[in-house]
Amino acid sequence: MAFAAFGSSAAPVEQAPRRRSWVAVILLLPGLAYLALFFLTPFISLILTSLQTPVEFGDVGQFQQAFKIENYAQVVGEYWPHFLRAFGYALAATFFALVISYPLAYFIGVKARRWPLLQALMLTLVIAPFFISFLLRTLAWKSLMADETPLVQGLKALSIIPSDGHLTGTAFSVIFGLTYNFIPFMTLPLYTTLERLDTRYLEAGSDLYAAPATTFWKVTVPLSMPGIVSGTLLTFIPASGDYINASASFLGSAQTQMVGNVIETNFLGLLNYPAAAALSVILMAVILLIVGIYVRRSGTEDLL
Amino acid sequence: MAEGAFAEAGADLELVGIHKRFPGFTAIEDLDLRIPAGSFFALLGPSGCGKTTTLRLVAGLEQPTSGRILIGGKDVTDVKSFKRPVNTVFQSYALFPHMTVLENVAFGLRRRGIPDPLGKAHEALRLVELDHLSARRPAQLSGGQQQRVALARAVVNRPALLLLDEPLGALDLKLRRQMQLELKSIQTDVGLTFLHVTHDPEEALTMADTVAVMNKGKIEQMGAPEELYELPKTAFVANFLGQSNLFTGPVVSSKGDSIIVDIAGVKVEVPSARAQRHTDEVTIGVRPEKLMLHTEAPRKAAGVNVLGPGRVTDVSFSGVSTQYQIAIPGLGLVTVFAQNMVFGPVVNVGAEAWVAWTVDHGFGLADEPEHAPKFAADTDTATIALQTRHELLAEIEEA
Repeated sequence: MAFAAFGSSAAPVEQAPRRRSWVAVILLLPGLAYLALFFLTPFISLILTSLQTPVEFGDVGQFQQAFKIENYAQVVGEYWPHFLRAFGYALAATFFALVISYPLAYFIGVKARRWPLLQALMLTLVIAPFFISFLLRTLAWKSLMADETPLVQGLKALSIIPSDGHLTGTAFSVIFGLTYNFIPFMTLPLYTTLERLDTRYLEAGSDLYAAPATTFWKVTVPLSMPGIVSGTLLTFIPASGDYINASASFLGSAQTQMVGNVIETNFLGLLNYPAAAALSVILMAVILLIVGIYVRRSGTEDLL
Repeated sequence: MAEGAFAEAGADLELVGIHKRFPGFTAIEDLDLRIPAGSFFALLGPSGCGKTTTLRLVAGLEQPTSGRILIGGKDVTDVKSFKRPVNTVFQSYALFPHMTVLENVAFGLRRRGIPDPLGKAHEALRLVELDHLSARRPAQLSGGQQQRVALARAVVNRPALLLLDEPLGALDLKLRRQMQLELKSIQTDVGLTFLHVTHDPEEALTMADTVAVMNKGKIEQMGAPEELYELPKTAFVANFLGQSNLFTGPVVSSKGDSIIVDIAGVKVEVPSARAQRHTDEVTIGVRPEKLMLHTEAPRKAAGVNVLGPGRVTDVSFSGVSTQYQIAIPGLGLVTVFAQNMVFGPVVNVGAEAWVAWTVDHGFGLADEPEHAPKFAADTDTATIALQTRHELLAEIEEA
């Protein structure tokens, strides 16, 4: 600025708003370097791995670089049920998390506005589970849902589950685990949008002959769309790649394996690195596709 | 209101014995009010006087602590807001940001299943001259345009009663005038009952058929604008609606149809019919524009009150008129508005002056003298400053 003040006496030209700023570039540099080193490089490596072929007469886990595109067809052919299960479970968990979190977030963000202390307390309770390891909490649910617990005994007595049935190792327990573990990721973004919800719009809705339920669907939900979109994304994306809840050592069984579990097995167990890499690339591509369509369809661009 | 049909005409609004208490304070105390169908009624008062609460009670957005609300003779006290035949133009407009202007206007029509909601919404937007912007979002409009959309969104429903909550507050003066006229013509065209809440006396006086002045949760005085202005009954009304010169003194005699009040040794006559109290200490007043300014002692005449001599302490020229402040010993400051019949002020600061007014223009207030404002006898600058300071402090405490 100082230089500009003493600058040429030529007619003052309107400064373009997009002036190149070296400060911005320097500030961006660490982030860009980080992304290049820890995202772009492994990603390229992952794609290269997914195209590798076993070394002839080599040991298990020995691969050489090739362009074996059949790897993809092979893993899709073999593991398509796991993909379906992963997206099905993630979808169900996202739905349940939304249904549970929305009233909770609405209460904290709108109804409890007059009592900031209650708001803070409830938010702390939402975040509190993070203070205990995710693995421990999931294991705790496993023992809570084990066959000999009063819960399962009671459900059997009421014939809700058959006498030879289980709670753990079922689709129910996996979806339950996913829902439970991702609820805070749903509640917090919902809370931040609902906390800013102007209740005068709700009064206007009521003034314009809309019953409370209509006002909710026509006014509250559209206005909280940014929170719904980010909450569902924050739940759906990690849930579809999750391999803890569905694994047999936690809440799942062989029948509930998700794509994350087969990636783990291929990578750590079978040492089939190209298959694991191909599965990862497909998972990533499908999630990107789903998210892209979702964000477009929800029309939140102009609300964000 | 019947599903799928408009109100045939405006409806009466009746408030009976309304009390509204919030934790810690009483917003409305024993309010009785009747607004006839088809009228333009203004509720005027300073902020915090309970006028917006009254409006919210009528809209159904608040519940009265006690009392009944009747619209068109039907008790709606326990009717939910979305079932009342009432629409509001909110102070904040409260236009739905996620909908287009057109959808905002059609919202109420759709909820009630009125046929052709979009056609009627376009019609309402044409009324406020905004149909060309119907595809925009509210955030893309100026404040004045948003206000007109809010008006269209309420009027399109043809409510029996339209509530206006300081809807012109955010507008600049020129737009305000224009909207005042537009509102008034819409009201006449569609024949609805309007309840308009405002803190702007001029707005209330120019637009409404009937004005109720509200103070501290009560209605101080109600009537036609001219009546309120010409014959205020309390000091609050006298000062909130325009300015007044008020004097306090004992009634010394009453002759025929007028009373004589002793104001710092001067006998002042007020018509009995225009005075609320006829005995003991009373406060009387006269509007500044009713005063005549004299530079020589006017001759005594029947039917004219004269005060003076005093000194002119301030002259401020405002185009149409000139405002003079005259300090009269024992009485304090008297304000005179004189129309500019010649070029500029006719009296200069420091000149000796008398004020006179026709007896018929005086009025007597109902306030107990101890509550009525008295002028400090000693009107040097320090006293005035102190008095203003006390008034301001009291105002802040109230708010």
